[in-house]
Amino acid sequence: MLKTFSLGGIHPADRKISAGKSIEVLPLPKRVVVPLAQHIGAPAKTELKKGDQIKTGQVIAKSGGFVSANIHSPVSGKVFKLDEVVDASGYRKPVIIIDVEGDEWDESIDRSETLKTEISLSSEEIIKKVGEMGIVGMGGATFPAHVKLSPPPGKKCDVLIINGVECEPFLTSDHRVMLEKGDELIVGVKILMKALKVDRAVIGIENNKPDAIQHLTTLTENEQGIEIQPLKVQYPQGGEKQLIDAVIGRQVPSGKLPIEVGAVVHNVGTTLAVYEAVQKNKPLIERVVTVTGPGVSKPSNFLARIGTPVSQLIEAAGGLPDNTGKVIGGGPMMGKALSNLEVPITKGSSGILVLPHEEAHRKPVENCIRCGKCVSVCPMGLEPYLLMIEAEKELLDRAESDNIMDCIECGSCSFTCPANRPLLDYIRLGKGNVGKIIRNRN
Amino acid sequence: MSIVLITILTLAGLGALAAVILYLASQKFKVFEDPRINQVEEALPAANCGGCGFPGCRAFAEALVKADDISDLNCPVGGADVMATVANILGKEMGKSDPLVAVVRCNGTCEHRPRLNEYEGATSCAVAAALYGGETGCSYGCYGLGDCVEACDFNAMYMDEKTGLPVIIEDNCVACGACVDACPKEIIELRKKGPKSRRIFVSCVNQDKGAVAKKACDVACIGCGKCAKVCPFDAITIENNLAYIDYDKCRLCRKCVPVCPTNAIHEINFPPPKPKPAKEQEPANTPESSN
Repeated sequence: MLKTFSLGGIHPADRKISAGKSIEVLPLPKRVVVPLAQHIGAPAKTELKKGDQIKTGQVIAKSGGFVSANIHSPVSGKVFKLDEVVDASGYRKPVIIIDVEGDEWDESIDRSETLKTEISLSSEEIIKKVGEMGIVGMGGATFPAHVKLSPPPGKKCDVLIINGVECEPFLTSDHRVMLEKGDELIVGVKILMKALKVDRAVIGIENNKPDAIQHLTTLTENEQGIEIQPLKVQYPQGGEKQLIDAVIGRQVPSGKLPIEVGAVVHNVGTTLAVYEAVQKNKPLIERVVTVTGPGVSKPSNFLARIGTPVSQLIEAAGGLPDNTGKVIGGGPMMGKALSNLEVPITKGSSGILVLPHEEAHRKPVENCIRCGKCVSVCPMGLEPYLLMIEAEKELLDRAESDNIMDCIECGSCSFTCPANRPLLDYIRLGKGNVGKIIRNRN
Repeated sequence: MSIVLITILTLAGLGALAAVILYLASQKFKVFEDPRINQVEEALPAANCGGCGFPGCRAFAEALVKADDISDLNCPVGGADVMATVANILGKEMGKSDPLVAVVRCNGTCEHRPRLNEYEGATSCAVAAALYGGETGCSYGCYGLGDCVEACDFNAMYMDEKTGLPVIIEDNCVACGACVDACPKEIIELRKKGPKSRRIFVSCVNQDKGAVAKKACDVACIGCGKCAKVCPFDAITIENNLAYIDYDKCRLCRKCVPVCPTNAIHEINFPPPKPKPAKEQEPANTPESSN
């Protein structure tokens, strides 16, 4: 019996149609748009001016606080403009627009392909490096990685968990990283283990990726302390708390961080970025992005520079099919529909999903029949039907005591609801309102 | 026979004893309540809308009785008549308050503001606003999902299917402010109703730079400042690329209306200006429904 998390969960069809496609390097765009807020926390601050000449990998915006991240130029060229443009959410956000000229990298970056296994930096130096290189959680949450590597005083980490679950349907970028960058990944795991001063790391992989499990098991045969843990396929296993439960059977208490149970979780994409940052001095300026969808003629996994417009990735994957109904940034479960295709790839973009008309629309909403399906699938043990009503009627005190803030917004409730109720829509609204009250209280 | 008698006497005795205890207790723990609170409450419209800032008419009545000076307190539903009655009951000086009315400061109809994407989430402006910037290029404007109409207890609003914008029925609006609170984009404002219900306001809340705002919506305020320059009473301020008319300073001279290059300034309930042809007027200027 394979391990999985203990509460709730659903089984959407996995539809990993781009799983067999190797990572392709996407040609450089003519112009990149680099948002200053690509991570959770304070936006980065820039001192660039229009017309400044910059090199690939140069810092273009400095971290705006402890929970924030540096941003590096993904290309070389000239600053065209500092502007505000509409991002994926439809709101205008500050960006740096750079006109690409050639591809001249900063001299400090080691661009060779050779694997560097020896870790010369100390724990503190690694954490500092990870911070400087602007590395954030690349699974989608974009939480600055150096913050996770610095446990608060009094807390001790005893196990590092690497998230290779990729439980979202369609997405395959982490899968390809595990297959093609296995060696680098293992060194990355060792770097993170050294930074956290732990001697145990577990890589959790769902068993719909047997080739990745096989490959990494072979690579880690002679490694001390690194285990590969195959997991039963179940959404949302890639959620941090669900993964900790699945892999080591510990439950993170409500409102607490994983460090409370001695665990730190990093995504495989982040781990690879940590390897490149620490061993090759390469900042986070590119990432693997899956471009996929039932109608896409050439589903692919691209290595794309941050700031590349989504439209160019779709073009490279064979263009937008005629009956496109929706383009989603991220996976079908937690991703967000894009309001325009000129938005750039950011540090947290794991995939672009193009859905045809027939799959893109919601079904008519009907009355709640109190079947309780949403309660049984909620991986956090919440009561979504109740939280929805509380959020809708602004019964925020009750919503708070019913633990609305524990919701991880996985969407299992909305997915499973036979009456097509917009459960997550309202819960997200309620979370925002309750969050505001909690912040004002402090 | 004697059992019946004993029983009756015992019960009667107990009853009398309880009556005495209850009487003493009611004297000892008596709470004095100002009888005027009830009187004032009866005079109030009992709409319990919260427009006065208190949770219901009873709480407002208590506040009125308690306050030494009631000139700051006002019941928007009852207006001057009710406040005069209340002032009479309490023997206090009533305040001067001009009647207010809600106005929708967005004219981004489907025609003026093209839809760039399609929203099909929950029918609620609050949900949509928490999610993204809306169906059009203007992330400040009306979402058209009707949270304000839902909030209105006085049947004073409806959604115009054609324009996709809410319309305020002036005669029903009591300026309770429920729609103002319900709008996540702060588009609806309570403004002075004005003499003969005439008023002028900027029907836009877009704070983007002129070119951006204009691209998203034909009738957006572009913050050009022409209206502020032409205003003889300094009633118009430009802040964050947006003009705002202070209704306390505005004298309704209407000089700002024709100079606006995007027709973002609306005049309501005015007769058509004599020197100009009638087409200069805003189409929404019917006397009973105006926004």
